Amino acid sequence: MRRDATFWRPGQLAGVCLALLAGLGAPLAQAQSGDVQKGRQLFESRCMGCHSLDANRVGPALGTVVGRVAGKQADFAYSAALTRATHVWTPENLQTWLTNPEALVPGQAMGYSLSQADDRRDVVAFLQSLSQARPAQ
Amino acid sequence: MSNLITSSSSLIGPPASRRSFMRRSGGLSAVAVALLAGKDALAQGIGGDMAKDVSILNVALGLEHEAINAYQLGAGSGLLQKGVLDVAVSFQGHHKAHRDALIATIHKLGGTPVAEKKLDDYAKALKADTLRNQADVLDLAARLELGAVNAYLGVIPSLGNKDLAKVAARLAADETMHFTVLTNALGRPLPAGALSYGA
Repeated sequence: MRRDATFWRPGQLAGVCLALLAGLGAPLAQAQSGDVQKGRQLFESRCMGCHSLDANRVGPALGTVVGRVAGKQADFAYSAALTRATHVWTPENLQTWLTNPEALVPGQAMGYSLSQADDRRDVVAFLQSLSQARPAQ
Repeated sequence: MSNLITSSSSLIGPPASRRSFMRRSGGLSAVAVALLAGKDALAQGIGGDMAKDVSILNVALGLEHEAINAYQLGAGSGLLQKGVLDVAVSFQGHHKAHRDALIATIHKLGGTPVAEKKLDDYAKALKADTLRNQADVLDLAARLELGAVNAYLGVIPSLGNKDLAKVAARLAADETMHFTVLTNALGRPLPAGALSYGA
């Protein structure tokens, strides 16, 4: 069946647009639905072995990770794989990363993941809260 | 602070006990080195995940470099009582043994061990200039040890070689012992529930 512009009525188009927008926003909304306080606790217990918020340690500083281009934190020696990466750390990318870093960036160095979806959402929500608290650049 | 000192001293015991503890620690370190460096099976039997395992071991090595330097900063701070300093040096010795064993294993697997940074770099990253007293030093050490426990437990499922997974578990056990002693010295309660590590 051929569908061209005349097939869609204005009301239908608006509905489709809304559906598309809702779909695009879903990962963000999902990330934001995490519990920031639980995320902070999880970050302290699960991530701070290697990471700090404002200093590069075994892993890069993560206080400004949301919205940052992957592998580009200043003064941190990344793996070759992450140095080549070009994606932005969106909430959804962070959740994918925390699910299985190797699946997102093959050859990267982090052998750690969070197996529970709730934990991933909470940690990402915490990291998002930090970026939202930053003053606009 | 005086409670902390009393608590620390009672934990450590008299000097003779400390010497005995140090002797035992030295033995454990030798075992750890032998466990890691002496396993030819690691070099022969490791499969396609070898590069991944080396990568994980290098992250572990980075943690050990950091721990050694953190204890160095604590020991050099002038903030630690003699008994506490002895224990800190002992724990640093464990981390040096871990480091040496990890370097030997990474070499054995054909990898390149990650280099140690300068002490000043660790001091900056760990905010050593904010340490004001013994409790601050112990708190920093406890946080790093707990982080190491969780990191080692967390990488076990990612290691492709079961021998390396066992080594990671043994390293986690050492770090748990360090964390427990430091927590007690700080007068903090034991974990309320079971299975608190790695969660």
